[in-house]
Amino acid sequence: MCGISGILNLKEPKNIEITQLKEMISVLEHRGPDEVGAYRDNWAGLVHSRLSIIGIKGGIQPIHNEDKSLWIIFNGEIFNYPELKENLIKQGHKFYTTTDTEVIIHLYEEKGIDFLQKLNGQFAFAIWDSKKREMFLARDRVGIRPLHYTVSNNQFFFSSEVKSLFTQKNIKRNIDPSTLDQIFSYWTPLPGETIFEGIKEVPPGSYIRISSGKLSLKKYWSYPYYSEDEQLDLSLSNITEEIKSLLYDSIKLRLRADVPVGAYLSGGLDSSIIASVVNSSFDNHLNTFGIRFEDKEFDEGDYQKEMINQLKTNHFEIVANNKEIGSNFPNVLWNIEKPVLRTAPVPLYLLSNLVHQKGLKVVLTGEGADEIFGGYNIFREAKARSFWARNPSSEIRPLLLGKLYPYILNDTKLRPMLKAFFGVGIDKPEFSYFSHQIRWQNTRKLTNFLSNDFSNNSEQNFYDRFNSFLPENFNNRDSLSKSQYLEITSFLSNYLLSSQGDRVAMAHSVEIRFPYLDHRLIDFMAKIPSRLKIFGMNEKFLLKKSYRDTLPKNIVTRSKHPYRAPIKQSLLSEKNSKIFEKYCSTETIKNVGIFDEIKTEKLFKKLSKFENSNEWDNMALTGIFSTQVIYDKFVQPSNFGNRSNFEFDLLIDKRK
Amino acid sequence: MEIKENIREFVVENFLFGDGDELENNTDFFEKSIIDSTGILELVCFVEESCNLTISDEEIVQENFSSVDRVSDFVQKRTSNSSQ
Repeated sequence: MCGISGILNLKEPKNIEITQLKEMISVLEHRGPDEVGAYRDNWAGLVHSRLSIIGIKGGIQPIHNEDKSLWIIFNGEIFNYPELKENLIKQGHKFYTTTDTEVIIHLYEEKGIDFLQKLNGQFAFAIWDSKKREMFLARDRVGIRPLHYTVSNNQFFFSSEVKSLFTQKNIKRNIDPSTLDQIFSYWTPLPGETIFEGIKEVPPGSYIRISSGKLSLKKYWSYPYYSEDEQLDLSLSNITEEIKSLLYDSIKLRLRADVPVGAYLSGGLDSSIIASVVNSSFDNHLNTFGIRFEDKEFDEGDYQKEMINQLKTNHFEIVANNKEIGSNFPNVLWNIEKPVLRTAPVPLYLLSNLVHQKGLKVVLTGEGADEIFGGYNIFREAKARSFWARNPSSEIRPLLLGKLYPYILNDTKLRPMLKAFFGVGIDKPEFSYFSHQIRWQNTRKLTNFLSNDFSNNSEQNFYDRFNSFLPENFNNRDSLSKSQYLEITSFLSNYLLSSQGDRVAMAHSVEIRFPYLDHRLIDFMAKIPSRLKIFGMNEKFLLKKSYRDTLPKNIVTRSKHPYRAPIKQSLLSEKNSKIFEKYCSTETIKNVGIFDEIKTEKLFKKLSKFENSNEWDNMALTGIFSTQVIYDKFVQPSNFGNRSNFEFDLLIDKRK
Repeated sequence: MEIKENIREFVVENFLFGDGDELENNTDFFEKSIIDSTGILELVCFVEESCNLTISDEEIVQENFSSVDRVSDFVQKRTSNSSQ
C-alpha cells in the first residue's frame, strides 16, 4: 500500500521541480511511511511513498522494465502475481525485484492495456512510457484504491489523495455545488466526481490514457449482469459448494503478504465467516480487531465474544465513546476528503490506529458481502414493496414490510404510516429507481439547508443525473438486480470502500483487503437467480446456508444489524462544544456561505432540545458539520500546508 | 424440480433452518408454529416468484397455505386454471 502522485506536461516540455514532487508526496506520508522514490524527465514526474508489504527489500519505486523505457508507480496489491510472474519469466522477461509491481510493467509490455483483465487485485497505478510519451493510469474493478486527477495550465496532475494535488499553487480549491447536491441525494458523489471543482476521480474499473496531450477515459469492467437465460441452474448444495470454494481461494490469495495479516471482527455474519475460514484453514494464531460502543444501542460486543470464544483468536478491541467520535471527526474528514452523512467512519479510524499500534499492516474485512449476496434492508424493502405493487389495493400485502420493521406492525398508531411512507411509487414498480426512491427523496430534504448560492438551480431532475450510469436495457432486470446495481454504483466505492475503507485505514498506514470483492465471486453470484439470494425475506440466504454448519447458530440467525455510530450524541456532546462552535457557529456558517444560517440554527436547537431525534435530522447535522470541516481544512487555508525539507530514498533524473 | 419439493425446500430452509426431519408434507404450519402471519406473506411472495402467479387477497387464507400439500395443491389448481 502506498501513495502515488505525478505531473505530466501535455503540450510542451516544462521543468518539473523536485520541490513540486516533494510537496505532493509529503502529504501522503501516512499511506507510505517506509520509503520515498521519484522519477522525472522533460515531460513527466512520478513520485511514490511506500508501505512495504510484498518484496520488502529492494522494492523501492518507481520500478522500470528491462530497457528502462517504462516506469511505474503503484498503490495496492496484485494477489495473483506469482502465477502471472511465472508465465512472464517463461516468455523471457527479466525481473530485478520480488514485487508484484514489477509484474505489471512486464504484463503491460506483453499485452498492452488488455492485461487489466488478468489482474486479481486492488490497485491504482500510473505507467509512464517515456519512448511513446504516453501515460496510462488505471484503477481496480470495484474501486478500492483511490486515484484523483485534474488539468491545469496544460499540465495533468494525479494523486492518490486530493490534498496532494492541492499542494500545487495553481490548482484551485473550491467546493462544487453540484457534487454537494449529489451527496445530499445519493449519500455520495456520483462515480468520477469529487466535492472539489475541477478535481476528478478515475471511476472504478476504468483507465485513462494520455497520448499527444489528449486524455481518454475508458471502462474495462462493469458489475456483471446475466439474464434469466444466461443464469446457472444449479441445486442449492452445488451453489453453496461453489461459494465456499471461491471464497476459500479469494481468502487464500488475500493472505499473500510478507507481513502478518489480521482480520476485523464485527460480530456480524460476513466478518465472522472470514475469521472462521482463516482460523480453520490458514492461521490459528489469527489477530482479530473489533469495535465496541459506549452507547449500547450500537454495540455488538456479545456476538463478538461468541465468535472469539469459538475461534480463540488473539482479539483486540476499542470502545468508541461519544466524545471521542465527535472530537476525531474533523481529523477523519481530513482523510476522507468529502462531506458525509454518517459518523460511522470514525470508529473505523480509531480501530486502524489500534491495528497499527499492535504492529500489523494488513487486515481482511467483510465489506462487499451485502452488495454481492443481497444483505441490505433496502433490498428487502424493495422486494416487499414489489410484492405489494403487484396488487396496490391489497390490504394484506403491505404487511410483509413488517418482516423488516416489526415495530411498525406492532404499533397500531404507526400502522397507517406504513402505507403512506412505503407506498411512495408503489404504482410504478418498473421505475428504474423504484428501490432507492424513498431513500433519495427523503435525503434530498437536506438540500433545504443550502444557501441560495449553493442550491442547485438546474432544471434537471436528480434522477436524470443518474441515468448516464445505467447500463442498456436496465429496466429489463429484475427488482433485486436493479437495486444491487444502484447500491453498488452509488455507495460501494465512493463511501464504503473509501470513507469507511481505504481512507480511514490508510490514515494509520493499514491496508485492508476484501475477500468478498474477488471478481470471480462477484461474477458467480451474478449468475445466481435473485429469488435465491433473498429467499423469501431471508437476506444473504446462500451465504448463511454455506456456513451454517461452521458458525454459532446465533451468528447465522441473528437479525441484520447495520453498522452505525452515534451522531447527535457525539457532535452535540457538551464535551465537544468548542469543536462544534469552531465549525458551526452561526457566524461561521454565515461567513462560509454554503448553508442558510437561520435554518441550520433552528436544526441545531431542535436537536439539542429534544432527547429523541429522527434519522433525517441526524443526517442533516452530519452533512452540515462535515461540509463545514471540509471547507475549513481544504478551501479556507490561504497557504496549503506542505513540506519539502526531506531527501528522496531514490531519485531518477532523466532530463536532457 | 417438482413444485412440492420446491415449496418444501423453501419452508425447511427459511423457517426450520435446514432441519426438515420433523416436517411431513401434511404438517400444519400454524398448529406446529412453523410459520407466523408475516411468514405466510413470505411464502406467498416465494410462490408468486417461482411459479409466476399473482395471488389475490381472497386466496391468502389458511386453507391454501397451511401445509406443503395444501400450497402445492393450490398452485397446481391455479396453474392448470390459467393454462386452460
